[in-house]
Amino acid sequence: MSPLHPVEMGQISPIFGKLNWDSIPFDEPLPLVSSAVVAIAILSILGWVWKKGLFPYLWKEWITSVDHKRIGVMYCVLAAVMLLRGFSDALLMRSQQAIAYMNPGYLPPDHYDQIFSAHGTIMIFFVAMTFMIGLMNFALPLQLGVRDVAFPTLNSVSFWLTASGALLLNISLVVGEFAKTGWVVYPPLSELRFSPGVGVDYYLWAIQISGVGTLLSGVNLVTTILKMRAPGMGYTRMPMFCWTSLAANLLIVAAFPILTATLAMLTLDRYLGFHFFTNEAGGNQMMFVNLIWAWGHPEVYILILPAFGIFSEVVSTFSGKPLFGYRSMIAATMVICILSFMVWLHHFFTMGAGADVNGFFGITTMIIAVPTGVKVFNWLFTMYGGRIRFTSMMLWSLGFMVTFVIGGMTGVLLAVPPADFVLHNSLFLVAHFHNVVIGGVLFGAFAGLTYWWPKAFGFTLDERWGKRAFWFWIVGFYVAFMPLYVLGLMGMTRRLGHYDVAAWHPWLIAAAVGAVLIAIGIACQIVMIYVSIRDRERLADTSGDPWDGRTLEWITTSPPPPFNFAVLPNVQGEEAYWDIKSRALEKKQLSDRPEYEHFEMPHNSPTGIVTAFFATVMGFALIWHIWWMVILGFLGAWATFVVFAWRDEAEYEVPAEEARRRDAERRRAKAILLGLPEDSVA
Amino acid sequence: MSERDMEMESDHETGDSAPGESDEHDGASVAIQVRNYLVGLGLATVLTAASFWAAGTGLIYGPGIPVALIALAVAQMGIHLVFFLHITTGPDNSNNVLALAFGVLIVGLVLIGTIWIMNHLDHNLMPMGEMMRMQR
Repeated sequence: MSPLHPVEMGQISPIFGKLNWDSIPFDEPLPLVSSAVVAIAILSILGWVWKKGLFPYLWKEWITSVDHKRIGVMYCVLAAVMLLRGFSDALLMRSQQAIAYMNPGYLPPDHYDQIFSAHGTIMIFFVAMTFMIGLMNFALPLQLGVRDVAFPTLNSVSFWLTASGALLLNISLVVGEFAKTGWVVYPPLSELRFSPGVGVDYYLWAIQISGVGTLLSGVNLVTTILKMRAPGMGYTRMPMFCWTSLAANLLIVAAFPILTATLAMLTLDRYLGFHFFTNEAGGNQMMFVNLIWAWGHPEVYILILPAFGIFSEVVSTFSGKPLFGYRSMIAATMVICILSFMVWLHHFFTMGAGADVNGFFGITTMIIAVPTGVKVFNWLFTMYGGRIRFTSMMLWSLGFMVTFVIGGMTGVLLAVPPADFVLHNSLFLVAHFHNVVIGGVLFGAFAGLTYWWPKAFGFTLDERWGKRAFWFWIVGFYVAFMPLYVLGLMGMTRRLGHYDVAAWHPWLIAAAVGAVLIAIGIACQIVMIYVSIRDRERLADTSGDPWDGRTLEWITTSPPPPFNFAVLPNVQGEEAYWDIKSRALEKKQLSDRPEYEHFEMPHNSPTGIVTAFFATVMGFALIWHIWWMVILGFLGAWATFVVFAWRDEAEYEVPAEEARRRDAERRRAKAILLGLPEDSVA
Repeated sequence: MSERDMEMESDHETGDSAPGESDEHDGASVAIQVRNYLVGLGLATVLTAASFWAAGTGLIYGPGIPVALIALAVAQMGIHLVFFLHITTGPDNSNNVLALAFGVLIVGLVLIGTIWIMNHLDHNLMPMGEMMRMQR
C-alpha cells in the first residue's frame, strides 16, 4: 500500500505506518505523568480484580452481558470515568486562564488547544450522550414493562463500540496527539494542509466508531418503544421518560447519519486527497459548517430530551401527583423533535447569510423555546399543591428549572441575529451552552442516577452526601459560569490561551474558584457512592419501590431478576404501577396470582467486546496508516458478525417454576410495603 | 400531532407485528413473493432504461428532459418502496409509513435548508464585477 501524499505525510513504514518513537510526547511532562497515574490506577484495579478471582465473574456477568440493565450500568460507569477525564481538562483550562494574565501560563498553546478540543469532544460524546443512553437503556424496558430491548446483542455491540471510541480518544493522550481544532473540527484548519498530524484523525475515527454504536443504539431503542410494550400500554399511557426517549432516539436515527457523512467527507479529504472542504480546487468549508450543525443542533436535543423525561418522572414522584399536562408534554416533546431540525443556522449567523435567512432561523430558534416553556410550566404545576419531598433528586430538578430557564433566556438572546453578531465566538456563548448542558443534561443525569440507583443495585444512595454534592455543584456552577457571561460582554473571545486585559483577570480567577467548588461537588459524589456501598445494609431497598413510585419499574424487585417481570404487567391507565398499588390498597389485597408460563431469554454473547476490539484495532491502524492492520481489524470485526449470525442457540428457557419463585419474593415484598396480609389470595 | 397520535393509537389496538412476522399471517406463499420481487425488478429496470433513453434522446423537447428525469426518479422511488421495502397502506404498516414520512420530512428540511443557506452565504459580499473594478 502506498501513501497518497508522500510529501505531506512524511516517512511511512509499511509495518508501523506513521508510528514511531517520536509519536510519544516525552518532552511534555503533563500528559505523560497523568497517563502514567491513570495506567497505574488501571493496573492496580486489574491486579485487585485478578487477585480476588473476579475475572470470570466480570466476563460472564458483565462484559458479555446482553441484559439491558447491566449494559445501562456499564454505559453510566463509562460516562462517569470520562466525566473525570473531561473535568480534569476543564480544571487545566480554568487554572491556565486564571494565571495567564500578562504571561504565557503553564500550558504551551499546542497543548492548550488539544485540551479544549478534547474537553468538548469528551463531554458531549462520551459523558452527556453516554450517560443519557445508559439511563435510557436501564430504565426504558422496565418502564415499558418488557423483558429486554428489541435487539439485546446489538445493544452490547453498541456499548462496546462507544467504549472503543472513548479508548481511542484516550490513547491520543500518550500516542501522538489530539485535534487542536475545537470539538467540531472546522475545516480548513482540520484539513491535512493545516493539521498534518494525527490529532484530527484520532477525532474522526473515535467519533465514527462510537457513532456507529450510537446509531445502532438509537435504532434499538426506537424499535423497543414502538414494538415492545406491556399489554395495554398504548402510546398515550407511556411514562413521560419513554416519550422523550422516543423523540431523542428518533433524532439519533435522523441526525447521526449526517454526522457520519460529513466526517466521512472530511476523512476523504484528509486520506485520499478529495476537495470537499478545502480552500482550493472547488472545496467549500462553509458546507462543512452547514452540515455539522444540521447534525449538531438535533444533537443538543438528543441530550436534553431524555433529561426532560427524567425531571418529569422525578417531579411527579416526589410531588406525589400525576404529571401535569401529560398530553401537552407529549405534544411539546414531538414539536421539539421536529423543530430541532429547523434551527441549525443559528450556530453560524455570522458566516455571511443575508437578513432573510438569518431572520428565518432566528425566529424558528425563538419558537423552539415555546414548547420548552410549556414543559417548565407543566413541572411547576405538577409541584403546585403537591406534597413535595425535598430529596436530592428533587433538588437537582429545582436547580435545573432555575438554571435552565436562565440558560434558555440567554439562548433566546443569542437567537437574535444582531445580538449574535456581537456575542458570537465569545465567552458569553461558552457560558450559555454550559448553562444549559450542565444545568440541564448533567443535573438530569445526576437526578436519574440517584433515582434509579436503588433499582439497579438494591440500595439507595446516601442522601446527606447527595445533597452536599448538589449544593457544591450548583454554587460552583454559578461561580464558574456567571463570570463568563460578563467576560463575553467585555469582549473576551473563547479558547484564549493567555491575555493582557487587566479587567478580565479577576473574573477568570472567580471562574477558577467555581471550578474548584465543582471539583468538591464531584468529590462529594465519589464519597456518596463509597458511603452508600459501605452502608448498603442501612440503605437497603427491600420493597423495590423506595420512592413511592408511579411507573412500572417500581413494581418489580430491586434489583430486578434478569427477566425483569415474571409475568408482563397488565396496564390499565396512564400511571400503571400507581393504579395497581391503589387498587391493592383499596381491596386490601394483592392482585390475583397470575398463571406462570415459561419464556425465553437471550444468551450472553462476547460479540460486542470482540467486535469492539477489532474496531479499536482498525481505528488505531487507520489513524497511523498501518494498512495491513486495517485489513486485519476489518476482517476480524466482520468475522465476529458472521460467527454470531451462525450461532446455534440464541436463547435459554426460564421455567415457569423459576418465574413463580421470583414472583413470590416480589409479592411478599409488596405485601410488606403496602401493609397487606402476605398473599391473602391463594 | 393529534392525527399522528390517533394513527398510532389505532395501530396499537389492531395489534401490530414485528418486521418479518407479517409474512406468515397474510399467507403469501414463497412463489407469490418471488413473483412480486421479480415484478419490482422488472419495473425498476424499465424505469432505469427509460431514464438513460430520455437523457440521450432527441425526441423530447430539450428543457423538458430534466423534468422527465425527475418524474422517472420519483416513480423509481415508489417502485422501491412498494416492492422492496413493502410500504403499504395496511393497518399493520403505520409504523413503517410514519418512519418513512419522518425520514422524508427531515431529509426535505435539511436539503431545502442547505440549498437556501448555501446560496445565501455570499449575500454580504460585493458582486464580483464591482470588486474587480475596485481592485483595479
